[in-house]
Amino acid sequence: MTTAAVDILETIEFDEEGFMTDPKAWSEEIGLEIADVLGIALTDRHRIVINFAREYFFKNDDAPTLRTITKQTDVSMKEMYALFPGGPAKIAAKVSGLGKPTGCI
Amino acid sequence: MSNRDKILGKAAGAAVADKPKTRKLCIICSQGSLDMAYPPLILANAARMSGIDVDLFYTFWGMDVITKEKNAKLQLATVGNPNMHPKFHIPTMMGGLPGMSAMASTMMKKEIDNLGFPPVPEFLELLKDAGARIWACKMSADMMEVDEEKLVDEVDGIIGAMEFMDFSEDAQVIFV
Repeated sequence: MTTAAVDILETIEFDEEGFMTDPKAWSEEIGLEIADVLGIALTDRHRIVINFAREYFFKNDDAPTLRTITKQTDVSMKEMYALFPGGPAKIAAKVSGLGKPTGCI
Repeated sequence: MSNRDKILGKAAGAAVADKPKTRKLCIICSQGSLDMAYPPLILANAARMSGIDVDLFYTFWGMDVITKEKNAKLQLATVGNPNMHPKFHIPTMMGGLPGMSAMASTMMKKEIDNLGFPPVPEFLELLKDAGARIWACKMSADMMEVDEEKLVDEVDGIIGAMEFMDFSEDAQVIFV
């Protein structure tokens, strides 16, 4: 008897727009899967952003704005748009397991 | 709907469609006061953060927002300004006194900074890095006697209204 492999992304909860509902349920493996779905191959540069965003979120109970990320890491705004094409605020939040961003900057 | 489909932003029940055309926004920026310089910049940034293409078209008083000598010193009107919020309120009789506009402008700049938004010159740089295109209106450039030398480096070109018509063809247009 064979058992079908469980899709790791089906083991955690996402809202209707594709954002994880519980940031604590994230793992590096899940982040890789989400990035893969979005067509992004994670590099160390991505990880700088993801780690910063998650650390910031748990410290401040809110995800950092793009400007905060570019001011507090060495990732420039231009690079953010290259790392997370299609809208870095939303895409980075999805890959980092954080909720939908609400800031305007 | 699977979580993978949700991540990809597929609407519930929708068939797999061809990749949709990128949404496009054109913002006409006709104002140059400190308060009115921000709405186009904030909208443009929100659009870029959402993957929407943006063209900003500066015209009339908006030229000050993209002029090197002027854009770090934009002011807020304190006389006859019906929009003065209690937070920034200065009675009209006082609003005309020397220094009042400068004071109100400084106060507003501080509030904007407290909210985490950059000053205008930095905001334009940020938008350019985010992939927005910034244009100056030819007629206004002639009227205000500014050329490319006097405009910030972020400006992509000085163009006429007909060229604006061309690139705004499939775009949503906002007039500020």
